Amino acid sequence: MTRNTVISVKNLVKKFGSFTANDNLNFEVFEGEIFGFLGANGAGKTTALRILSGLSSPTSGEVIVAGYNARKDPEKIKKNIGYMCQKFSLYNDLTTRENITLYGGIYGMPKALIKKRTEDLFERLSFHEYSDRLISSLPLGLKQKLAFSVAVLHEPRIVFLDEPTGGVDPITRRQFWEMIYETADRGITVFVTTHYMDEAEYCDRVSIMSEGKIVALNSPAELKRLYNAESVEEVFVKIARPAGTKTLSPEVKSENN
Amino acid sequence: MKRFLGFVKKEFLHIFRDFRTLIIIFLIPAAEILLFGFIVTTDLRNANIGILDLSHDEITRQLSDKICSSGFFIKSEDLLNYSEIDRELRKNKIKAVVIFENGFGRKLISEGKAVMNIIADGSEPNMASLVTNYITAITADFNSGLIQKPGSGNILVRSEVRMFYNPSLKGHFMFVPGVITIIMTLVCALMTSITITREKEYGTMEVLLVSPLKPVQIIVGKVIPYFILSIADAILILILSWFVFGLPVKGSIILLLAELMLYILMSLSVGIMISTVSKTMQQAIFITLVGLLLPTILLSGFIFPLENMPLGYEWFSMLFPPRYFITVIKNIMIKGTGLLYVWKETLILIFFTAVSIWFSIRNFRIRLN
Repeated sequence: MTRNTVISVKNLVKKFGSFTANDNLNFEVFEGEIFGFLGANGAGKTTALRILSGLSSPTSGEVIVAGYNARKDPEKIKKNIGYMCQKFSLYNDLTTRENITLYGGIYGMPKALIKKRTEDLFERLSFHEYSDRLISSLPLGLKQKLAFSVAVLHEPRIVFLDEPTGGVDPITRRQFWEMIYETADRGITVFVTTHYMDEAEYCDRVSIMSEGKIVALNSPAELKRLYNAESVEEVFVKIARPAGTKTLSPEVKSENN
Repeated sequence: MKRFLGFVKKEFLHIFRDFRTLIIIFLIPAAEILLFGFIVTTDLRNANIGILDLSHDEITRQLSDKICSSGFFIKSEDLLNYSEIDRELRKNKIKAVVIFENGFGRKLISEGKAVMNIIADGSEPNMASLVTNYITAITADFNSGLIQKPGSGNILVRSEVRMFYNPSLKGHFMFVPGVITIIMTLVCALMTSITITREKEYGTMEVLLVSPLKPVQIIVGKVIPYFILSIADAILILILSWFVFGLPVKGSIILLLAELMLYILMSLSVGIMISTVSKTMQQAIFITLVGLLLPTILLSGFIFPLENMPLGYEWFSMLFPPRYFITVIKNIMIKGTGLLYVWKETLILIFFTAVSIWFSIRNFRIRLN
């Protein structure tokens, strides 16, 4: 099966002064795939994510996202992606409907289309009773689902999720992942960073970053087989830390970074 | 453009849904104008004084009547001798004592001069100088009345003081430009820096930056509502001070509005500049209050005259734009002068605006990379 490539990264290097945040990254992400992007804090995940979403420019290397070059056409990339960050990204003092209309407008969607998608969304999430309530009055789980729905409202080719399930209870997390699957089924590529290793198991493929490099990239099952591990978490612990720091817990490690 | 308008609308919604913001924008300006106008007034009205008349003749009676019927003073005590002066002043009931020497009227007619003493309560220096100035002025007026009487000859010195621009020395005239400046600084700089850092703190800024909106559109879209509301605010203040205190704008209203817009633009860009260096709302508020509002109040000549400051402070005050703006609007509103007299200050304000815009763009770029 050949699949369309929506993200292609070749020899990506990003330096801040003498510090190399991304050291020669190479990978591809395919259409409709759920791609997990793992790594300890400070491993260079955020830097790579910013480059992929057109926020910052690579020092060298070639980055193609949704068919556009990240160095030359970051603005075109922005139109073709959705983004949801770890901090909650809707406005508390606007209603559900106003938030949706705002983001639809920012992405240049026609009014009629925004209206139609809003109604569809309320239908799908059985959200009607919340449609004209302020976001601040919604429970966290609903907010999170809504934020995700808003991020894909304009049907982008790729949606970037930066630790989307932080601070959410397990049931909501599960429902959230169901939404991710539905989205991927519609052909939208999902690029997700996460701290929860159990979530990594849900991904089609995961990459693991350590000290600016991608040290592993494969399907969760294949990774577990290769590293002779029970879970992705075990794989992560085995490879995400360089020799000499193996006795430290991941928390200590991240602080040292 | 459509994206942009939706974004501006959202910013208006933020403002109108937050009652604290509404209070800062609309209630504080009105309250401040009325407060300064009615309570913190530097005008003298119905101040209690005592009179020690050792002469008891026709002229001292006329003069003390004139002082006490002026509307500025009320005679609350008739003192009998010098020893009572200290006691009455200490009771804090009277602000000053006027003393006519023994044989005042007789001396005035025979020698052409007589001595009247004013003893004021120096523990309230402002009040004391106001009281003595007013009484002196009333006496001078009384003198001129005497001179005009035929056959009175060359008695007393005729002294005439005329206050230009503010003939009745009304205090309102002085504080209106100051209050406009403070309000503009508060609404523009403080609110802008808060609203931008709030997006950063809540994480919505990241989402906006990843969206197809350009950073310039985000910033401009966020400050446009404040620009419009600030102009509405300035007009509100001008109308209030016109209707309540009868203060007209003597110069060109168009020039005044243009200068207002320039100052608003400058405050907005200072607000943006502050938001580029602060990570949280608290930081932004602190920097704005200490770095901008305090100098606006203390170093702009609004409350404390710049001329009376030590030279070092006066130079220091030149680093802060409010003083130039106060000069500009005082000139236009009260003296009625044109651009010819305020072009230097205007240029300085344009310079401050340019510097803060340049600084903001530079900081923003650094942060993005």
